[in-house]
Amino acid sequence: MSLLEIRDVTKRFGGLVALDTVGLDINEGEILGLIGPNGAGKTTLFNCVTGFYRPDSGQIQFKGENLLGLTPHQICLKGVARTFQIVKAFHSMTVAESVTTGALARTNYMEQARKKAASVLELVGLADKKSVPIKNLTIVDRKRLGLGCALATEPKLMLLDEVAAGLNPVEIDQVTDLLRRIRDLGLTLLVVEHVMKLIMPVADRIVVLHHGKKIAEGKPSDVARNESVIEAYLGRE
Amino acid sequence: MVGLFAYLGSAWNLGCGYTGKLSWGHSAFMGLGAYASTMLYIAYRITPWLGALVGIVIAAGFGTVVGAICFRLGLKGHYFVIATIALAEIVRVTFINWADLGGAWGLLMPVVGDSLYDFQFHSTRAPYYYIILVMLLGVLYLKWRIANSKLGYYFTAIKDDEEMAETLGIDTFRYKLIAMTISAALTAFGGTFYAQYVMYISPDTVMAVHVSTDILMGPVVGGMGTLLGPLLGAAIIQPIMELTRAYVGGRGLDYVVAGLLTVGVALMRPSGVIGWFEKPFEAISRPSLEIHREG
Repeated sequence: MSLLEIRDVTKRFGGLVALDTVGLDINEGEILGLIGPNGAGKTTLFNCVTGFYRPDSGQIQFKGENLLGLTPHQICLKGVARTFQIVKAFHSMTVAESVTTGALARTNYMEQARKKAASVLELVGLADKKSVPIKNLTIVDRKRLGLGCALATEPKLMLLDEVAAGLNPVEIDQVTDLLRRIRDLGLTLLVVEHVMKLIMPVADRIVVLHHGKKIAEGKPSDVARNESVIEAYLGRE
Repeated sequence: MVGLFAYLGSAWNLGCGYTGKLSWGHSAFMGLGAYASTMLYIAYRITPWLGALVGIVIAAGFGTVVGAICFRLGLKGHYFVIATIALAEIVRVTFINWADLGGAWGLLMPVVGDSLYDFQFHSTRAPYYYIILVMLLGVLYLKWRIANSKLGYYFTAIKDDEEMAETLGIDTFRYKLIAMTISAALTAFGGTFYAQYVMYISPDTVMAVHVSTDILMGPVVGGMGTLLGPLLGAAIIQPIMELTRAYVGGRGLDYVVAGLLTVGVALMRPSGVIGWFEKPFEAISRPSLEIHREG
């Protein structure tokens, strides 16, 4: 049984069909890449899975449990964490305080939460910046922080929305490396990405969305050669 | 009065300044507290201390209802402010028309002489000063304890970004309600103190919008969400209003002056006057920072 099952999910905004009977499975321990041109419905799909949107029809199950109708915080407590495309952060907190806030999802004791936060900061490479106010962080560090906050809630599945956007090539390599390390901890990742340099080497499988429909699915190398994918990205001659 | 508004401002700050939900209806909680203790004393001679407890329970209940309505409807920003004013006005108008509770005339506290049981001190006003001082220290201690707990982290998270808070497993609806309830309860106790200090309450003196304004000007001027901001704000605003009344006179002019000051501070220094003192006060007003530095 797959960890996350999405079946025939449709989401409309007025006349616009943002997601059209999309179905996909995520297996435990894999990194699944979700790509597609702007407006393909990737972020909408994220919002449906994490409880920010209610799909008009379809099924979403996590470990065999229905997620539809749950609020975002309930879904987080079930073990599904996410990051945001435009990094959200607690601007009046320090790095360590925000990750501690994430860790408090699993404990009522400050000491435990702080300990958890310290180990997460070590993992994402922010240990030496733990006392820095968030407003002073660089973009790449904000992305690390977003990952750290999500990791601190002890998820089984993480949904990452464009972690590489706005990063330079060196930083992309660092983040790619970090994603592998997170996967090696036993987590499953669903990664929305525009940056092919990041997604192609790291993903086990790739799903391509276009105009709210799934147009391709398979190994990165196969998908990159797929006719309809090339057409969606580059147009037809 | 500075002490009372420092207390009320801190109580407001604990719930509203902390979670960023600006309630302009705290006069209702203050009024409920004042009326509960005064009514129980007049009718049954129940000590105002016990009456205060009853007021706290009533106000906390009302705060929960107000919060539940506003937060369930997803009211944010200005809409939340307007809704809280409206709900407080409903309470005020209800009390004006409630003849058994004195209606628009209000309630006069019977004078019985100095007594801790009766919460009255006339030969010297000093006991009032010490009582409000203890109350103020109590609320500051509570705020400090909360700042270093899960509750405080969650309140700050909600103020900074509610969506992000939700994704990190925070039941934002529940924690906003908790904030509102704590704040309402503490404010009601302030209402009892006011009733015992002034010895006269009416819907227009304890439940009107200008009372809410009095309450929230302190934290806004001093610094919302900070530990000592409401104290500083009340210490600035209340004497200025008192002096305006004494030397310039005229009902309403005091609010014009205080209002201008508040708007000025809000525009030029949203973090409040306390921001200018950030350095020396940092260790006190942001205790959570210190702990991380040690660890």
